[in-house]
Amino acid sequence: MRPRIYLSRDAGSLALGADEVETAILAAGRQRGLDIEIVHTGSRGLFWLEPMIEVPTSAGRIAYGPVRATDVGAMFDAGLLDGGPHASRLGRPEEIPFLKRQTRLTFARCGIVDRLSLDDYRAHGGFRGLEQAIAIGPEATVETIVESGLRGRGGAGFPTGIKWRTVAQASAARKYIVCNADEGDSGTFADRMIMEGDPFVLIEGMTIAGLAVGADKGFVYIRSEYPHAIDVLARAIAIARRANCLGKGVLGSRYDFDLEIRVGAGAYVCGEETSLLESIEGKRGVVRAKPPLPAHKGLFGLPTAVNNLVSLASVPVILADGAAAYRDLGLGRSRGTMPIQLAGNVRHRGLFEAAFGMTLGELVDDIGAGTASGRPIRAVQVGGPLGAYFPRALFDTPFDYEAFAARNGLIGHGGVVVFDDTVDMARQARFAMEFCAIESCGKCTPCRIGSTRGVEVIDRILRGEKRAENHALLTDLCETMRLGSLCALGGFVPYPVTSSLTYFPEDFGLPAPFASAAD
Amino acid sequence: MPEFEVWNEQRGNEVIAAFVQEEGAALPMLHALQQTFGYIPRAAVPMVASALNVSRAEVHGIVSFYHDFREAPPGTHVLKLCRAEACQSMGGDAIATAAIAELQIGWSETTPDGRITLEPVFCLGLCACAPAAMLDDKVVGALDTARLSALLENVRQA
Repeated sequence: MRPRIYLSRDAGSLALGADEVETAILAAGRQRGLDIEIVHTGSRGLFWLEPMIEVPTSAGRIAYGPVRATDVGAMFDAGLLDGGPHASRLGRPEEIPFLKRQTRLTFARCGIVDRLSLDDYRAHGGFRGLEQAIAIGPEATVETIVESGLRGRGGAGFPTGIKWRTVAQASAARKYIVCNADEGDSGTFADRMIMEGDPFVLIEGMTIAGLAVGADKGFVYIRSEYPHAIDVLARAIAIARRANCLGKGVLGSRYDFDLEIRVGAGAYVCGEETSLLESIEGKRGVVRAKPPLPAHKGLFGLPTAVNNLVSLASVPVILADGAAAYRDLGLGRSRGTMPIQLAGNVRHRGLFEAAFGMTLGELVDDIGAGTASGRPIRAVQVGGPLGAYFPRALFDTPFDYEAFAARNGLIGHGGVVVFDDTVDMARQARFAMEFCAIESCGKCTPCRIGSTRGVEVIDRILRGEKRAENHALLTDLCETMRLGSLCALGGFVPYPVTSSLTYFPEDFGLPAPFASAAD
Repeated sequence: MPEFEVWNEQRGNEVIAAFVQEEGAALPMLHALQQTFGYIPRAAVPMVASALNVSRAEVHGIVSFYHDFREAPPGTHVLKLCRAEACQSMGGDAIATAAIAELQIGWSETTPDGRITLEPVFCLGLCACAPAAMLDDKVVGALDTARLSALLENVRQA
């Protein structure tokens, strides 16, 4: 048997030099007369250890990372293929605390399997969910998802099963499944990791969704900033079609389902579901007023289940292991697991899938091990560019839809971006408004005009012009945008702005009610 | 490094014709035009409009709505620097300042020698490898000013 090395070709690994490591491994093998088989996986999600490689040994896989191309020769000399010693040797990956403390359901295979091997997918539990759905039929499939408590992982948190039930009950000549893979929030990369590391789980999840609601066609809307994900998923779809996992009578059943990829074009607002539908239809990504709900009148005016990629990728394991196993995890109304993405200035950067309920402090201080720069954490933005900035005083907030909402924040798609004490929060607030002005679709006035006025008002505060009056004006503007905008872009951009004002007023030159007397 | 064709109507028609039958063909069609020519040539707009049976204004609206679509050819190389929060937290602004100083151009501009176009991007999904960039189709993470200079130097010499 050819000696085998597992190597992640996740875009994050590539950005850190995985290609160079692969070239070095193949060259080192040739020099030693070894025909090395490189298995391309996704990433385990421990990006501070990427590029990471793994070798199979009698004691299980042994991981190394971060591996530098220049170290590879010496690693071979030290017995890399038998798990030999090296400064970058990490031991068994499952024992690394960052991985060991996770509950990997949605990401169970990511970083482990050959991402484009259906055999590997099946050997690691793939298609058990779809087989179950075929066995129990559409209605029981929908009810399983309802019972599991799964809610939209894009951030809105709407119960996935209820949405499916609505689409299933709609009668129409044609229905659609649309996967929202327009993962535009800074600090998030879970969708990308699934598409690049375990694409078949998305295909399986969408097929189950199609079966459940009576749709035979699905679209995956992927942002253009993800060329690697588009490439891997396109290849996976072709492989699945050849193996009858997509197409007429999937897996030999009576259900038909096929998938098409649509590529976005750099508009953040297209992550909003109705804007996304407009974009697939070939129009400007302008938000639609609701109702009608997409479940009634969605893509091309037909009933459509629009689900986040992580929601869809979580469906197979729920069907395979049962609703109860999923529902038993979590906190309050947030059931199951959430892939939390620790990003930005944090030492242990990566994807951490865990049951809902860990506190923000545990996540950034304990799991994330503080900042990458070694300086104190000053603020954490949760939920992307529309998420609130939380100071340390709020680190006891549990990761849960309702708990974050109660503190005027949101969990969004699970992105957690850490900032150290060099951050200027007035600048972050200004950026939030500026970003909204750039990305607004222009349909509603509070978002289109309010975002530009917001930048101007913040600039006036920073120039010291009538600070108190302009502070009041900005607060009022934020309230208008929050209540008056048509979608979450204008409606949520007040979160980063007002949280910055509330918790970090000193950065705006405003009185600091939260600062201690010693400051 | 992507190789683009010079605009010609016949080739434009071929590219457009390949998508006419698709549901919601506009974006795939415009992406294909940009992949072929590097931008959406003004002359292609009425052709797309006629193929989709919509007005020229509508097509112009689509082209101008989406940040990806360029209305002029890019430089030989395109450097996209991530400007979003995760990269900001790791010093992305300093990288951007350094790139602007080194290239002496602004955002979405091309160096006078036509070699490099500098574009902002709001998130490459490389938020755990920040600051991040994309040079043509190569992703780069953990960028610092020294690595940025080395990348730009490579491109200048290539």
